[in-house]
Amino acid sequence: MRVVRDTDLGRLLTRRALIVGGLQVGLFGLLFSRLYSLQIAQGGRFRTLADENRISTRLVLPERGRILDRNGTVLAMPEKNFRADLLPEQTPDIRATLQRLFSLLNFEPAEQQRILKDIKRSHSRLPVLLRDNIDWETLALLELYTPELPGVMIEAGEVRNYPFKENTAHIVGYVGAPTDQEAGDDALLNEPGFRIGKSGVEKFYEENLQGEPGSVQLEVNAYGQQVRELTREESTSGEALKLSLDINLQEFAQNRLLQERSASAIIMDALDGGIYAMASHPSFDPNLFSYGITKENWGKMNSDSLTPLFNKTLTGTYAPGSTFKVVVALAALEDGVNPHTHVFCPGYMDLGNHRFHCWKKGGHGGMDMHNGIVQSCDVFFYHLGQKVGIDKIAEMAARLGLGAKTGIDLPHEKPGLIPNSEWKKKQFTEGWQPGETLVAAIGQGYILATPLQMAVATARISSGLKIAPHIIHPDSEAEKPVFAPLGLKPSSLAFIRDAMIGVVSPGGTAAASRIGVPGYEMGGKTGTSQVRRITRAQRARGVPKNEDRPWEERDHALFIAFAPSQNPRYVATVVVEHGGGGSKAAAPIARELLIETMKRDPAKTLPAPLVMPVSVKPVPAPEEDEELFQEDEELPGAVGQ
Amino acid sequence: MFSTHAHDPDLHFSEKLRYLPWGFVFVVMLLSLFGVAMLYSAGGASWKPWAATQLYRVIPGLLLMLAIGLVDIRFWYRWSFLLYASALLLLVAVVAIGHTGMGAKRWIRMGIFVLQPSAYMKVVLAMVLAKYFHQLTYEQIGNPLRLFTPAGLVLVPAALILIEPNLGMATLLVLFSAAVFFLAGVRWWIFGLLGVGVPFAAQQAWKHLHDYQKQRLLTFINPEQDPLGSGYNIIQSKIALGSGGLFGKGFGMGTQSQLNFLPEKHTDFIFVVLAEEMGLMGAVLLLVLFFILIAYGYVISLNCRHQFGRLLGLGLTTSFFLYVLTNVAMVTGLIPVVGIPLPLVSYGGSVMLAFYIACGLLLSIAIHKDARLDGSAPQ
Repeated sequence: MRVVRDTDLGRLLTRRALIVGGLQVGLFGLLFSRLYSLQIAQGGRFRTLADENRISTRLVLPERGRILDRNGTVLAMPEKNFRADLLPEQTPDIRATLQRLFSLLNFEPAEQQRILKDIKRSHSRLPVLLRDNIDWETLALLELYTPELPGVMIEAGEVRNYPFKENTAHIVGYVGAPTDQEAGDDALLNEPGFRIGKSGVEKFYEENLQGEPGSVQLEVNAYGQQVRELTREESTSGEALKLSLDINLQEFAQNRLLQERSASAIIMDALDGGIYAMASHPSFDPNLFSYGITKENWGKMNSDSLTPLFNKTLTGTYAPGSTFKVVVALAALEDGVNPHTHVFCPGYMDLGNHRFHCWKKGGHGGMDMHNGIVQSCDVFFYHLGQKVGIDKIAEMAARLGLGAKTGIDLPHEKPGLIPNSEWKKKQFTEGWQPGETLVAAIGQGYILATPLQMAVATARISSGLKIAPHIIHPDSEAEKPVFAPLGLKPSSLAFIRDAMIGVVSPGGTAAASRIGVPGYEMGGKTGTSQVRRITRAQRARGVPKNEDRPWEERDHALFIAFAPSQNPRYVATVVVEHGGGGSKAAAPIARELLIETMKRDPAKTLPAPLVMPVSVKPVPAPEEDEELFQEDEELPGAVGQ
Repeated sequence: MFSTHAHDPDLHFSEKLRYLPWGFVFVVMLLSLFGVAMLYSAGGASWKPWAATQLYRVIPGLLLMLAIGLVDIRFWYRWSFLLYASALLLLVAVVAIGHTGMGAKRWIRMGIFVLQPSAYMKVVLAMVLAKYFHQLTYEQIGNPLRLFTPAGLVLVPAALILIEPNLGMATLLVLFSAAVFFLAGVRWWIFGLLGVGVPFAAQQAWKHLHDYQKQRLLTFINPEQDPLGSGYNIIQSKIALGSGGLFGKGFGMGTQSQLNFLPEKHTDFIFVVLAEEMGLMGAVLLLVLFFILIAYGYVISLNCRHQFGRLLGLGLTTSFFLYVLTNVAMVTGLIPVVGIPLPLVSYGGSVMLAFYIACGLLLSIAIHKDARLDGSAPQ
């Protein structure tokens, strides 16, 4: 039942209009509050989102620092190249864009797969590399079709150029794209086309060479096209690095080694440890890596038994052979052994039921320490080693820098190995055997050293200082390294040097390689590193000469040297793999290297650089000079070890 | 029973001009120019491609509005049903032969014009509903059987529009008709019944929705779920609005609209261009202009002395309000994107023309508020 009967439709309408109108005012209020909430309360958040929409921040890659030799010759430098990238976040339809791209340019199926995989893995903000090192024709084509390829960008990048190619490959190293592990979350390392040092100075001094990235903020529209540049922070180029290397000497050394199948050589400053040349042969062209090396090339280099990718001066470990005799002699002298005590060499020495041979079949006869070194008499050193003992020998070796990394500022260095009795016990259950001391005394057995370690030992003997090698050239006098004295008696060192001069003098094992110019002579020590064991049966048949054996079974030839002999400034180490005897194969190379070094005199300390008289020529090596370590032989009737 | 013409002398032209609510005309003009200005900005601070075309429509549109306003309200009263019948025919034609645009048949080509009959339908529907209820007494209105005819008048075109399909427009049509029914005096219990019945009907309707419409409704619930799909538009719209702040980024400086992150910036999302570039201040200014327009509509309608004018005026005003509400609620993410333009401001010919016609009718009501119409129910 109705209480009020309002029949006046007009008044009813007015009342109801007020209800509807009130509702509308309320809804207007809702709109206002919504606008307030979006524009004022949440305004900051939406401003950020709007900026994220329109602003695309990209890194400006820093220019990699150049690498120079000691005289400022460029060994590694950046060179411009062009590449195409894809920015996924600015590509509305990645699939369509890629399809268009693949139809425009010829992409191998493998390359397409790689791109798709990269896109799947990458964050959408980071560009993905489409193609590197694009030529002008492709560049023009891509520019032309830019509107159809949203998100595809042409970027000017840089590649590393190594003008001296094979000649500096092992020292300077090369660059390559970082692995996923290396890149991690680092934005710079994840940039396509960015390269980091993979070996050599490029790797060791990566931080110095890399530089600091800048950034550029671009305003882009909804289709990812760049509208304008907002801000730009320039990148900081990497540091230019000056090496102690003398490129002329380096080229000379590397070229000289071309005559061998596999060899390495070092020329180092005897007083400041600077490396003038560090040659390793065979080598490779590091420029191949700059442009992304092909799988085929990489496989070939990696599987090559001559290991062109390795710097043999750091990574090659060899039994030092007779070069180690200077270490043994020094240990003996410091231990108070009288160098003038004579030992008779009949050509062998028996210990227990084993016979240890001297390289000289008939024996050397009476030997003192000087002649023992000069003629490299094995028997003399068997006796000396016995007298001094392995632990004192090992201690001296360590003092001279053997058995541990030298700490040179290059990657991948090997520590080598200097055994002592403790080490033997730890490695094998049985203790040190007396026979092993004899083997160690002539630098064979467990002992392993890198050519660099041998160079350091030679420099320490030459200078009496704790020389450490380095490849970076100190910028100023203040930065020049100062080395502590070794703490060895000057008389001992002088005795060893004198003996080493004797090695390169008439009657010495490397007499043929003497320089022959007074004041510029060298001192040195030959070494032959035996590769395989000689069995009794072989000895019975007569040990074949190196030349008659297959290359892989020939001995390594070693030579360590310093010059000028009376006032040593330069040291050299030469290792010719499977080169035969050190005196024949290695010493002549060391001679040539030291002559060239003294001619150029990079340290600028010689009274006058060496001028070779035309008449002086290396004397052909005498037949007798064959220096081959003859391993222990079981005596007849002996029971095997 | 029926009043005569005797006490309702025809007005002279000069009198009509005197009675013309010039304030209302001014607000309509201001809104139109606001639209042109925003289209100029949306076009990249250029008359092309939208601002100039829009301006060429605004001028004849305003003239058409004045012309319609000067026509005697009795003329519109008399021809209401015929106009309605013609609009219905057009709607049927659209469903049958309509031009497909944006996945829906909404337009019909008539020579150089593209006609959107649903926009006209809403105007003429207000006319027939006003005329129908004008002729009923309070008691008659109380009789539910009397409501079948007007319900049919609403539901037939609404169904046709839904088939097009244009869910937004159909909903708007029903909503503003409901307002007319309510204002006409339809009893409360009817609305109570509908309050229960409609949700049920909606459930049934859901089954017949276009996939994109379902998707729109679903995406609305959680737009972030699919940022590059249907939710993309509304997210970009909110970013544009929100980043505008209090004073905006400056005319022609809206990054979202100028860099094309904002979709449909010249039509459904024109309000966002304004809000981004002129900030909350600009947005509120525009809403205040609409509020004034609607308030004007109320004043004109309530001042009218015949039920036809009152109902027609309030119907058209409510329809206006619903457009504004729906559009702004849509671009601010309060309701799903249903494709409703902002009256007088959005770019688009036929929809605009319908708004000018509606404004013209309001003018006619204002001028002829004292007219005596045939068939009014005894007071």
